[in-house]
Amino acid sequence: MKFPPFRAPKPPTQTAPGKPRTRTATAKLLAVAAAAALALGGCAPAGAAKDTIVVAIVANPQMKDAVSLQDDFKAKHPNVDVKFVTLPENEARAKITASVATGGGEFDVVMISNYETEMWAANGWIDNLQPLADATDGYDTADFIPTIKDALSYKGDMYSVPFYGESSFLVYRQDLFKKAGITMPAHPTWDDIGKIARKLNDPAKDFAGICLRGLAGWGEVMAPLNTVINTYGGQWFDMDWNARLNTPEVKAAVTDYVDLLHDAGQPGAATSGYGDCITRYSQGKAAMWYDATAMVSSIEDPASSLVAGKSRYAPAPVKDTAAAGWLYSWSLAIPSTSEHKDAAWDFISWMTNQDYIKLVGNKIGWERVPPGSRQSTYEIPEYAAVAKAYAAPTLDAMYSAKQDTSMVNKVPYPGLQFVGIPEFQDLGTRVSQQISAAIAGQKSVDEALKQAQQYAEPVAKSYQEGGK
Amino acid sequence: MTTTTITNPTPKSDERKSREARRRFAGSSITTVTWLVAFIFFAPVIWLVMTAFKPESAAASNPPVFFFVPTFEQFQAVLAGGAGAYFLNSLIATGVSTVLVILLAVPAAYAVSIRPVKKTQDVLFFFISTKMLPVVAVIMPIYVIAGQLKVLDNIGTLIVLYTAMNLPIAVWMMRSFFQEVPAEVLEAAAMDGAGLIKTMRTILMPMVTPGLAATALICVIFAWNEFFFALNLTAANAATVPVFLVSQMTSEGLFLAKLSAASVLASLPVVIAGWVAQKQLVRGLSMGAVK
Repeated sequence: MKFPPFRAPKPPTQTAPGKPRTRTATAKLLAVAAAAALALGGCAPAGAAKDTIVVAIVANPQMKDAVSLQDDFKAKHPNVDVKFVTLPENEARAKITASVATGGGEFDVVMISNYETEMWAANGWIDNLQPLADATDGYDTADFIPTIKDALSYKGDMYSVPFYGESSFLVYRQDLFKKAGITMPAHPTWDDIGKIARKLNDPAKDFAGICLRGLAGWGEVMAPLNTVINTYGGQWFDMDWNARLNTPEVKAAVTDYVDLLHDAGQPGAATSGYGDCITRYSQGKAAMWYDATAMVSSIEDPASSLVAGKSRYAPAPVKDTAAAGWLYSWSLAIPSTSEHKDAAWDFISWMTNQDYIKLVGNKIGWERVPPGSRQSTYEIPEYAAVAKAYAAPTLDAMYSAKQDTSMVNKVPYPGLQFVGIPEFQDLGTRVSQQISAAIAGQKSVDEALKQAQQYAEPVAKSYQEGGK
Repeated sequence: MTTTTITNPTPKSDERKSREARRRFAGSSITTVTWLVAFIFFAPVIWLVMTAFKPESAAASNPPVFFFVPTFEQFQAVLAGGAGAYFLNSLIATGVSTVLVILLAVPAAYAVSIRPVKKTQDVLFFFISTKMLPVVAVIMPIYVIAGQLKVLDNIGTLIVLYTAMNLPIAVWMMRSFFQEVPAEVLEAAAMDGAGLIKTMRTILMPMVTPGLAATALICVIFAWNEFFFALNLTAANAATVPVFLVSQMTSEGLFLAKLSAASVLASLPVVIAGWVAQKQLVRGLSMGAVK
């Protein structure tokens, strides 16, 4: 009862009856607030009479096509309702990882890649889809492109099934090559590409000899650069888990990549990623571009590209290996926390089956078909016709995207353009920042790689100690 | 006498004229600078609105296009993409959390400003200290707890979080508005026999209405624009407008025009709320400023 003086004088007698009233009023307010929160909280998830599944996908054009075609699925499975969560790649990856790793359980189907599949399968975070696939009539897993199928398997069973797959290749402007009297070798080396790029480079006209990613990020600059490191005989870790980012091979690969960007690359390369290269090449501001095979859907689309139909495709440039392309797939998996596994598989099998490819072709257009997942896609005459320029190079790149053909040395981890360990998202991004700084001219390649090696050593040590 | 009175005013009025001219010049240059600064601040908004009416290829072109045939294509695409559910969720989360914040903040602010006790300063500091921890530091525990309680992807969760998020700011704001009320007014009310509820309802609240409007609008803006909790804690059922905005982005293909159209639509409710409350707001926001 020992209060300091009130600002307002105490009313003589009214305070006493006032006090309980205050409490009652506050209590009422709190009750109303709590009731409102509970009421809203309670009503939100209700209304799930049908089997409702939640599908988390990456906001790429082909995935959005699947969303727009969902009526076909619902017609075939009237007892299943589908809700989509569509997010850009980085947000989707972070959200899906958090949900699956902590057992959040919001999703019944998640879109992941070959980077996650093996690790998550080993952790028991996602279900084995092989039994479900084998038990489904007409669902042919042997039809998947073998390299993709292997990349999505753990102990011989598929834990995610591919929606689309990609490798990497080199696109070049055939019209400009003809004009300059240059012929692209059937299997170009990085030396060939360096010479051609420097010849065609014309900074005065804002025209680059070659576009290459320079933007920091393990999924940005590190993707193409790792394939260069592989073919130059470099590696991140050797078979004894020693960090190997300061070897002469890695130095040579990174130096050539950085020098090529300095001499004949796009301006502002250090902040230029896949998206910027799409725009630049589509606007006719580069003679060549080495990147994902998925680029064709943008650069061959006359609605958004000024150079549609003017390009030809060559395999990923090499140095000391027969091939050098990467391998990536967006695939669908069922988190082990899902409570609607049958409905989830119904949806996955609909979205990754041969019939879906035909559905997209007939309803939306053959150029929008998700490529690189099934071999049978390339046998469809309508698709072969629209993809004449790039179907064969894409398929060739995917078939040869294996560690045996693309790397000089054996490595203890899966992956070509990434290192298939959980630490790589962080390590790869930190190393990429060093590379980006070298591309920006803020430090030398030697300094960048020295720092990169220091980042990689603790990770290497943890694997040596882990006895892996 | 007469000569002085006739001759003297001339230089005076000349001086006055030149002073007036100088003042006018200064005034007009300040006006010009103000317009310029206002334009610089407003330019991104104009650019956003312009981009929303462009076709995708024009939005991505470099150098930028200033003259184009406007199209509603992007707005149609955004609305066809199921924007309604996201807007409804945002409306519920923002509306309910703001009402809760006001209901809780007004009595709290009354207590700490009109009837402070010994540890009031500590209480106030505690309120604001909850804003000092970066949200990213608590997201994982909140996510795991929400997962255990099975309230992930639930609009109720967002309401609770937004209420907690805005409450400290609202208490501090309302406190400063209550402090503006002269003690004599409350004294007079007490002398006339008005109880707490009556004083609050008939004396205090009408005096702080502009402040209340300003506080509510701040809460609306913060809750409407909140992205981090919404992104991490919602999925298919409770996702709000900011999550809808990012879903327009893609790493493959063009999206700037569509994203701009979605951003214009997302900004409209806040702009309208601000416009409706404009009169109260100007008074409310200046109440604290001219102390």
